[in-house]
Amino acid sequence: MSLKESILKPIAKLKGGAHIPHFKNTAEAESVVMDAPATVTIPLKQHIGAECVATVQKDDKVFVGTVIADSTAPLSAPIHSSVSGTVKEIKKISQPNGVVNSIVIESDGEMTPDPSLKPRKIKTAKQLVQACRECGLVGLGGAGFPVHIKLESLLKPEIDTLIINCAECEPYITSDYRECMENYDDILNGVYLLRDIFELKNVIIAIEGNKPKAIEKLYEVASDIQDEADNVKLMCLDTSYPQGAEKMLVYTTTGKKIPLGKLPADVGCAVMNITSISALYRFIRTGMPLVSKRVTVDGNAIAKPQNVIVPIGTSVQDIIDFCGGADENIEKIILGGPMMGSAIKDTETVIAKQSNAVLCFKNIKPIRTTPCIRCGRCAAACPMFLAPGAVEHSIDHNFTNLENLNVMSCIECGSCSYVCPAGRPLTAAMRTGKFELRRLQNAK
Amino acid sequence: MQNKFIVSSSPHLHTPDSTGGIMFDVIIALLPATIYGIIIFGYRAALIILVSIVSALLSEFVWNKLTKKENSLYDLSAVVTGLLLALNLPSSLPLWMAAVGSAVAIIIVKQMFGGLGQNFVNPAIAARIVLLVSFPAAMTKFYEPFGEIVSSATPLAAETGAYNVKDLLLGMHAGSIGETSSLLLLIGGIYLILRKVISPAIPCCFIGAVFVFSLILGSDPISAIFSGGLFIGAFFMATDYVTSPAMPWGQIIFGVGCGLLTVIIREFAALPEGVSYAILLMNILVPHINRLTARKPFGTEAANNE
Repeated sequence: MSLKESILKPIAKLKGGAHIPHFKNTAEAESVVMDAPATVTIPLKQHIGAECVATVQKDDKVFVGTVIADSTAPLSAPIHSSVSGTVKEIKKISQPNGVVNSIVIESDGEMTPDPSLKPRKIKTAKQLVQACRECGLVGLGGAGFPVHIKLESLLKPEIDTLIINCAECEPYITSDYRECMENYDDILNGVYLLRDIFELKNVIIAIEGNKPKAIEKLYEVASDIQDEADNVKLMCLDTSYPQGAEKMLVYTTTGKKIPLGKLPADVGCAVMNITSISALYRFIRTGMPLVSKRVTVDGNAIAKPQNVIVPIGTSVQDIIDFCGGADENIEKIILGGPMMGSAIKDTETVIAKQSNAVLCFKNIKPIRTTPCIRCGRCAAACPMFLAPGAVEHSIDHNFTNLENLNVMSCIECGSCSYVCPAGRPLTAAMRTGKFELRRLQNAK
Repeated sequence: MQNKFIVSSSPHLHTPDSTGGIMFDVIIALLPATIYGIIIFGYRAALIILVSIVSALLSEFVWNKLTKKENSLYDLSAVVTGLLLALNLPSSLPLWMAAVGSAVAIIIVKQMFGGLGQNFVNPAIAARIVLLVSFPAAMTKFYEPFGEIVSSATPLAAETGAYNVKDLLLGMHAGSIGETSSLLLLIGGIYLILRKVISPAIPCCFIGAVFVFSLILGSDPISAIFSGGLFIGAFFMATDYVTSPAMPWGQIIFGVGCGLLTVIIREFAALPEGVSYAILLMNILVPHINRLTARKPFGTEAANNE
């Protein structure tokens, strides 16, 4: 069978969204491993759920992969040291997800792995879920949802489809793409392991069409694997934003619409980020938990744009220095993609598990706002079929009719603000709408 | 390196399109018809256009000053209103009437209802109708192209068959400054569609409906679509974002409704032209059409199937 025939086409077409330039400037350069910084500051909350509690104290000696914080709450993931060295202090730092307690570790520069780390043998689904938690794995696409919870849902027989998300539809970011190009073995071994352990009927590795080399690479490697079931498929997605959003991805890959307020599990699917899969397999293969992350460093204010593999807890300042420094006129730093990432207020902010890019910008063109001209582009761009312009109007008019605008189902992809010719801050209005609606409902 | 960065909420990218850019595209699209109007109707046409635009800008400026609002001339919407109104006026009109028309469009129809984006009817159309009602004689005194001969016989008013299709396409007949050449207006309309400023739904449904309903009522459908202000109305006035539906189905209903009303007015009412009134009436229905065609959020059907 020729390459083109065996790669699946999307089942359904993404409706809405925005045509955004890709800016994948860093795609073709091999990732560079950054040396251990002098200190790392590891936040105790790098996932959705409960903040972890430190299990180490000041002056404790730690290795790469030593557990330094954990929680007994089900919705949590343990946190490991990303360097070898000494615990200096526990302090609060400001991160995009709030002010969180963090463990400062002074590196000894040796990067000695914890001697207790050992590869895992996985025979049962329970072992795999357990391994996933021990790995400290959270959704690496950006959401940071503890992955072992998601894997537990795969135990239910009605969930038979696993979708591997490699849409990477955010502009600039190429870290998942580099993962495909550099760690394809871990990805595929992880995919086949998950399929066998959970007896999945379908596994779809979904990659946007603007990454043909990644599709080719995975196809090439996969075609050497003897697989009788032959139910692991590659799918070439249309290149459009927000293709990688969970609801849109489930729709385009399976044709199933996730009902409002429900999860992929409600339509028999689970979605995992591609880098999460390889991180999990690497843990099983080597015993090394999630302690480093590939981040795309790009933007017009950075000297050397590239993908860098950094220990978790490395400060943005250290990464900028490693990449040749930033322009003196730098105006904005974004942690994550330009559509959904967070602008950070200082370079003390550190890389967490779910961070995938550091973007530095200068000469940002100010947006000239005019009154809404009711062109309807925001509604046309909304992949959830909402009416952002109407939400903004409602907020300006004492929240009239807000409860009928379904603002809670907004995925905050940013398409509405992007397309608005009047430069209205519509995504911000959607967030305000959510906040106000919750407040109004609580008041009742 | 400074440690003070801009902290703003996502998204951090923005389209190169802007309100001013869209208005500029509309002006570009109107240029062929504008220049042609000046060529065939002479310097008076140029004066009307100039007076109308200047009056629109001045009205907007004065209003902003009086109400202490920010200067909004840069969004070019006043220029578009002034230009559109001028193209819908006969070249014989006294200049002060054109100035009054623009002032009515900007101050009464647009600003008094809240300014850009808040008016419920198209300012240029409403102003044209105000002028038509106030000065019926002056508003229906048309020059023949290249002539000083005053004629009230536009193709619509004339007997069927008095004009051939080529003349109608090229606009070699009496009429308002910018409405005569359907061909040049079509070129402008196609430019707007290609630039994705407008969707083809409204103009296609509008013109298509006029063709079909004229045919049903036994008039010549070809001259029906190429005469009167249909092309300028369908491509440039009915597609005004503020006063037309945003959703595709709404646009289809709106376009067909405009076409139907145009034919009914032309056939049965004692009015010289139906396009302006048809658009005005449909403008008023837009909030209802929008409510009727509002989309359900993604996943609603799936929730109902459970």
